[in-house]
Amino acid sequence: MAVALLAVIPLVYVATYTVIIGPAELWDLVVRPRVLELLRNTVTLAVATMAATAVLGIGLAFVVERTDLPARRLWHGLLVAPLAVPAFVNGYAWVSLDRSINGFGGAWLVVTLSYYPLVYLPAVASLRGLDPALEEASWSLGHTRWQAFTRVVLPQLRPALLGGTLLVGLHLLAEFGALSLLRFPTFTTAIYDQYASTFNGSAATAMAAVLVMLCLFLLLAELRLRGTRHYARVGHGAARVSEPVALRGLRWPVVALVGGLVVLALGVPTYALLHWLVVGTSTEFPLGELLSAMGSTVVLATVGALATTLAAVPVAWLAVRYRGRLTTLVERSTYVANALPGIVVGLSLVVASLRLVPVLYQTAILLVVAYAILFLPRAVVSVRAGLEQAPVVLDHVAQSLGTGPLETARRVTLPLIAPSLGAGAALVFLAISTELTATLMLSPIGTRTLATEFWSASSELRYGAAAPYALLLVLISVPATVLLMRQERLHP
Amino acid sequence: MSALTVTGVSKAFGETLAVDDVSLHVPHGSLTAVLGPSGCGKTTLLRLIAGFLAPDAGTIAFDDRVVAGAGRPVPPQDRRVGYVPQEGALFPHLDVAANIGFGLPRGERAAGARIDEMLDLVELPRTFRGRAPHELSGGQQQRVALARALAPRPTVVLLDEPFSSLDASLRESTGRAVARALRAAQATGLLVTHDQSEALSLSDQVAVLRDGRLIQAGSPADVYLAPHDPELARFVGGATSLPGRAGQGTAATCALGSVTLTHPSSADDLVLVIRPDQVVLDPAGVEARVDEVSFYGHDAAIRLTVAGAALVARVPGPSAPAAGDRVRVGVRGTVHAYPAPVRD
Repeated sequence: MAVALLAVIPLVYVATYTVIIGPAELWDLVVRPRVLELLRNTVTLAVATMAATAVLGIGLAFVVERTDLPARRLWHGLLVAPLAVPAFVNGYAWVSLDRSINGFGGAWLVVTLSYYPLVYLPAVASLRGLDPALEEASWSLGHTRWQAFTRVVLPQLRPALLGGTLLVGLHLLAEFGALSLLRFPTFTTAIYDQYASTFNGSAATAMAAVLVMLCLFLLLAELRLRGTRHYARVGHGAARVSEPVALRGLRWPVVALVGGLVVLALGVPTYALLHWLVVGTSTEFPLGELLSAMGSTVVLATVGALATTLAAVPVAWLAVRYRGRLTTLVERSTYVANALPGIVVGLSLVVASLRLVPVLYQTAILLVVAYAILFLPRAVVSVRAGLEQAPVVLDHVAQSLGTGPLETARRVTLPLIAPSLGAGAALVFLAISTELTATLMLSPIGTRTLATEFWSASSELRYGAAAPYALLLVLISVPATVLLMRQERLHP
Repeated sequence: MSALTVTGVSKAFGETLAVDDVSLHVPHGSLTAVLGPSGCGKTTLLRLIAGFLAPDAGTIAFDDRVVAGAGRPVPPQDRRVGYVPQEGALFPHLDVAANIGFGLPRGERAAGARIDEMLDLVELPRTFRGRAPHELSGGQQQRVALARALAPRPTVVLLDEPFSSLDASLRESTGRAVARALRAAQATGLLVTHDQSEALSLSDQVAVLRDGRLIQAGSPADVYLAPHDPELARFVGGATSLPGRAGQGTAATCALGSVTLTHPSSADDLVLVIRPDQVVLDPAGVEARVDEVSFYGHDAAIRLTVAGAALVARVPGPSAPAAGDRVRVGVRGTVHAYPAPVRD
């Protein structure tokens, strides 16, 4: 319960704030030409990116999973790899190579290239889990291949498509670094500017309220669209692998298309990083600062990961073992926090700590709390999956064999959920180490992490100095990407 | 091992009474099958005995030690019941030996003699000790689950539909092996099942549960040959019921002509239950139309219409008629009769 309460602090903050300042003043703060422009920017970019990633994600998934594309496994690896490049590093890569990449077009290009794997991965997993007998049944009912795809396969991909594009939308609403570098103002970047330049709480919070509304709207839309339909496989036994579609004459054009995308999404950042690494290290290579930034990143991420995973255990436990209205509410409330951008969490914790517990302001404790709020859902998902592997019947068997509750936990439950606890902690660790917005707002004065150091160098256009930090950020993200791929395979 | 005595036990979930005033005695070293359709409360009864649930009323005793119904219920870990759930539920992170030894004290677990003894008892080779649960077939998993339950020498062993997830051929052989192991261990056992042939063939006593109430408890032959009511006859023996009229003494008449009753009846209007094995092809019998034939090889089930009433007969395979044939049938042996329900 306490965990859920913590998780809704940002929501409560935004809600009470809007009530306190009253609708009239809020209206004045929101309905300004500047805010309306931000709203237009944010919504058009979100819609355009969600559409582009949906088309790319489904198309690539189909090409890789269901056609006779040469070297499909290699392409799969290359197409997932951009996940390891944080969006702000990608933005840095493009803008540092060509200043003219900016505004709507540049932002659209960069975020699409960064986020399409979020649709691609679940789509691949769904296609792989789909029983080819469904398509065969459709053909036998007189459908063409194309009809079978649109009427049978596509509806089955709906959960993956909806979940993936929702994630893209939420990431985009929260995106700060890349958009700020590409000089495309959205709510998130504007809130940060407002906060950093004037500490103007009212204006920043009013915009945060609008941003939260957008996030909640996305969540609700997904819930409504997903509905209560189930997409279970009927019947038992392993699904066969389907016969790949022959590309014939389209083969090489398709290879060129997929290859071109990989060059844009992976080649450009790699080239930019190497280029600036060579240019940058010839002028300066601050080993000491690099190491200290690495050190504080690792410490913060470790503490944050442990705290978040510990907080996730009771939430997941309640959700799995005591299903009911209240426990579902507790679990869902932590998911709402997932929809809240780091900027809102950061802002609300700054204000809440200043008002209620000033001692905590500017401490690492507050930063760890922010991490826990932001990344709790990832840990809950992992721990939950682990607990599903430890059904209550095993506890009953252990009890009937004479072991008490504590001994049962030690000898049965813990060994069973340990791998997923580890996976959850690792995921959170890696998410924290590349987190930028909340870290910028909340980290104690003097604390430098890889992300904040990279940010201060690249926002001052010192591209060479930023490169080593970016490289370390990418390297640190690689294991997260591998883990995510594994999870997709295990829990499609 | 001890005898199990359940006295007047009830358990409700909200408005529904899952177990309603059930009393049952399982003698020392015998196996009782609790038989009933799904949702009849049999699994709830088993969970009450294991201690995962506490009864609303009534007592549960192992010999004269009351474990529920007198003061605080004894928690499951102190009841010393062996529990074999559906699909075995072996601990997936432990190998066969560690699973079997789970409930043993540390020293005995390390010595391992008891584990070998248990593997012998359930007729698995000792080389299985190091196998992981996923390397075993469904039937082998069930045997390990039984060995695990028996290893700490429990007072009572509870088996919750242990064979329902196995396919038909494996179900029968595993069932027989489990019953053999239980007898060899002189265990007091309670087997919950919805499969009437499993209940009749494996157990010493069959207790039939319907809507939470105990309908009849007796030897398999009793339950099959002298069912408590027509519904039970249909459930256990696949019997057909026909309306009939009582005559002098044990004589009665129905669509199949005159039959002999097991006991004289006091009522005039009767419901007669006729088991498929009692209906025989008989040139001197009444005429019937064959609607459907299910051929099994050694025998065949044929569905007949006799004077407007539907009837099932089991005849030897080679003499089975074809659908649409006209045959003559009669009744062999005595017939159970129940007073017909009064209509207004």
